[in-house]
Amino acid sequence: MFKKGYLIPLLAFLPVLLLSGCNKMVVFDPKGPAARDILGLINWSLVFMLIVVVVVFGLFGYIVWKYRATSKNKDYVPPEEHGSTKLEIIWTAIPILIVIALTIPTVNTIYKLEKVPAGYEDKKPITINVTSADWKWIFSYPEQGIETVNYVNIPAGTPVKFKLTSAGTMQSFWVPALGGQKYTMNKMETQLYLTADNPGEFLGRNTNFNGKGYADMEFTVEAKSSKDFEKWVKEVKANAPKLTEKKYNELLKPTHLGRETFTGTHLAWVDHGKMNSKTYTNPELYKVHGVQGKIFKDEENNTEMNDSNGGEHNGN
Amino acid sequence: MGINWHDFFIVGNPLILGSQIAIVLTMVGIVAGITYLKKWKWLWREWLTTVDHKRIGIMYILSGVLMFFRGGVDGLLMKAQTSRPEMKFLDAQHYNEIFTTHGVIMILFAAMPLLIGLMNVVVPLQIGARDVAFPQLNALSFWLFFSGAMLFNISFVVGGSPDAGWTAYFPLAGKEFTPGIGNNYYAVALQIAGIGTLMTGINFIVTVLKMRTKGMTLMRMPMFTWTSFIASVIIVASFPIFTVALALMTFDRIFGTHFFTISGGGMDMMWANLFWLWGHPEVYIVVLPAFGMFSEVISTFSRKRLFGYNSMVFSIVGIAFLSMLVWVHHFFTMGAGPGVNSVFSITTMMIAIPTGVKMFNWLFTMRKGRIELTTAMLWALAFIPCFVIGGVTGVMLAMGAADYQYHNTLFLVAHFHYVLIPGVVFAVFAGLYYWWPKMFGHMLNEKIGKIHFWFFTIGFNLTFMPMFFLGLDGAVRRSYTYSAESGYAPLFLLSTIGAVILAIGFGALCYNIYWSARYADRNISNDPWDARTLEWATASPVQFYNFAKLPEVKSIDAFWYMKKHNEGLTLKDEEVEEIHMPSNSGLPFYMGVIFGITGFLLVFEWKLAALVATVGILAGLIIRSFDYNDGFHVHKDEIKKTEKAWRSVNKGVNNHVS
Repeated sequence: MFKKGYLIPLLAFLPVLLLSGCNKMVVFDPKGPAARDILGLINWSLVFMLIVVVVVFGLFGYIVWKYRATSKNKDYVPPEEHGSTKLEIIWTAIPILIVIALTIPTVNTIYKLEKVPAGYEDKKPITINVTSADWKWIFSYPEQGIETVNYVNIPAGTPVKFKLTSAGTMQSFWVPALGGQKYTMNKMETQLYLTADNPGEFLGRNTNFNGKGYADMEFTVEAKSSKDFEKWVKEVKANAPKLTEKKYNELLKPTHLGRETFTGTHLAWVDHGKMNSKTYTNPELYKVHGVQGKIFKDEENNTEMNDSNGGEHNGN
Repeated sequence: MGINWHDFFIVGNPLILGSQIAIVLTMVGIVAGITYLKKWKWLWREWLTTVDHKRIGIMYILSGVLMFFRGGVDGLLMKAQTSRPEMKFLDAQHYNEIFTTHGVIMILFAAMPLLIGLMNVVVPLQIGARDVAFPQLNALSFWLFFSGAMLFNISFVVGGSPDAGWTAYFPLAGKEFTPGIGNNYYAVALQIAGIGTLMTGINFIVTVLKMRTKGMTLMRMPMFTWTSFIASVIIVASFPIFTVALALMTFDRIFGTHFFTISGGGMDMMWANLFWLWGHPEVYIVVLPAFGMFSEVISTFSRKRLFGYNSMVFSIVGIAFLSMLVWVHHFFTMGAGPGVNSVFSITTMMIAIPTGVKMFNWLFTMRKGRIELTTAMLWALAFIPCFVIGGVTGVMLAMGAADYQYHNTLFLVAHFHYVLIPGVVFAVFAGLYYWWPKMFGHMLNEKIGKIHFWFFTIGFNLTFMPMFFLGLDGAVRRSYTYSAESGYAPLFLLSTIGAVILAIGFGALCYNIYWSARYADRNISNDPWDARTLEWATASPVQFYNFAKLPEVKSIDAFWYMKKHNEGLTLKDEEVEEIHMPSNSGLPFYMGVIFGITGFLLVFEWKLAALVATVGILAGLIIRSFDYNDGFHVHKDEIKKTEKAWRSVNKGVNNHVS
């Protein structure tokens, strides 16, 4: 009846999937230093994990096969053993060693990812403010004075310092080809350094569930050569409409949008990353089926707040 | 409160309409059936008012199986929706509600009652006690849990389901972004069930500390009792955090405070911290008793005592301690800073150490044993490789920097299903097959059991293995659809096929329960597995007073020792003494009902009516305070008769295990 058969599907399609998918899977195909550092760590951990799996599966298979009950060993009476201090110390020590072997590069990488990536220190990073809203991504270029929605162009080979915040719900900013993700939170600012080695187009998305429009919260990152990037900025400044406060309030409503481009940035009147920034909520636009509860009127929502003194508490 | 009945009963969706009709028909059917069979009195006397730990346990298990079915249907609907790209089966809102209820129900209303149910049935028996320390409190725990579960379950037909994920992260779960009452259900129903769970924790700590029979020292306790004890300690340490968090959520949503909102100085990440301060220990609350069950099953069917008992105890204590120190790993990506992330990476990885110790101890319990491949043992065996996969991917996720790429993807989803399904569901199945004769006096069919096993384990691996690879390719969790260009379609389809196979496995279990209840051999011994612990020393099903004479324990695996040394297996007439037992009470049931009503009114924000209903709760408390019923005594004659009945037939029974 029993032949460890549940191992068969497990073992059979694991390598098949690995071989067929590995070279394509986005996490295993890094296009920037941050993603590459993380992949190095992942590969390092995979080696140890593979050893653990092989040892335990092997031991398991051997023991179950060797000591299974058969008609031949009917009279076999298993010994009463209490344990073995020596063995138990061994299998406590080995996991400790594995954990240490994983800890050191983990901590190293955690610290490394907070800085401008190695090899790019001499390049001056550009700053892009990312504001996530339901259900779109708004990118402001304070240095260039332009703003885009649902796409972001960056110069390749230049570190980009993304300053992340949200106008409402919490989201997570993730461009897997370039590096790991970070949350965007209202009245908070987080930072993320990403760099694209070469020009190319990468998919970015929100990974943190935030309601009805979550599935479509994708954006594209296009890394352009410095020359092309400058050219694009000039074009935008010449052609794109100016972002007004009224238009911006429209943007913040819970909608799906395509790509949009503006001159000027909303940072002129609000930075959602500041602790005392104005709150923009539209609860009446979030009604779904079912009984509606009471919506509490929010005094600060409709009053203009002076956010010039709000810098000291921004958490990052 | 002008209520629109069109909103009150969710209509307009054929799936929900179908469920509404099915619910009404089932309820009518149950009521008619009970009336026809004239079973109302029996139901009230024997079950609804019972304080017997075994019956309460059975009611927990029954509710757990029902909820597992509900959560499973949610899972299947999700799998149907994601089986193909751009599928139009469910819309985003409906999908969001379904994954929310799937998570909540599976963890809190399926895993928890199944484990607490088995704890209820088995722990007092294993320590040689006649009941838990506070039998009536135990009944109250069950009815509060049941009340919370029912309240949560009606949400999808009455008023709207919660739709902010089982983690209910703010600000999304606040009124600013989900103004419907769906998430009120989350706040209130979980609160009611949570109070019940907290009481269970207290009850089992006291039971294990104070109710052990003579000679049952702590270090002679069966491993399942140990793990249940430690799980109860974690319950008492962590559930109050959840109680507070839910109370604050209720204030925010119903009374307009600003604890977690984005306006008024609220802190949304405070919710995430409080939630996981409870939520991570919660994982160990469900997984530790499961470890205990595997220990019992593996030891019994290897015919050996547990290898490294002491290190097993130390590892569960270690796991319990570490479980309170790892919660930040659920949001490494919050931007807390590299120092914080490093610390929590390390504490999280450290959990692998005691877990690894347990793994090897199980393997070495089997070594030199004689492994009998009963259905219960098959579940325990399948657990080992599957859980190792869950464990190693857990270590990978624990590495903060790497987690930046795994977080919120299907890799994470696959990981925790690989932990919770082998770690909890397999354990519950093992426990059910193992202890079924103790609960009902007949075995579950082994042949159907094996069909159940193979379908379920193969289906499980097929469902969740592809998700690891989808996650590494950038597929995120909780997304109701994906594009055709993403290239995810084949693996998603494979996963759906797996889910269908898994569901067939669960169907086999249901059929097995039915088949065995009707046809299984009743003529079995009290110890059909040739087991090792005290619950097998008494009748199957267990008589209401558990033990005519409380057993005396001289060693670990007390019953095994008794059988080996032929001690304490027989009962002389002069040894029989009167037994003091607690009386039944209708009060816990009443409290469940009144808590349910109050909760319902609160969910709909009818504050005044809710306030009036709380008078009912206070009344219950007052009545209980003036309750002087001190229980009753079982007469010697009755005990002698009962004992004779099972002890005399014991000779000619069929032992199903050679």
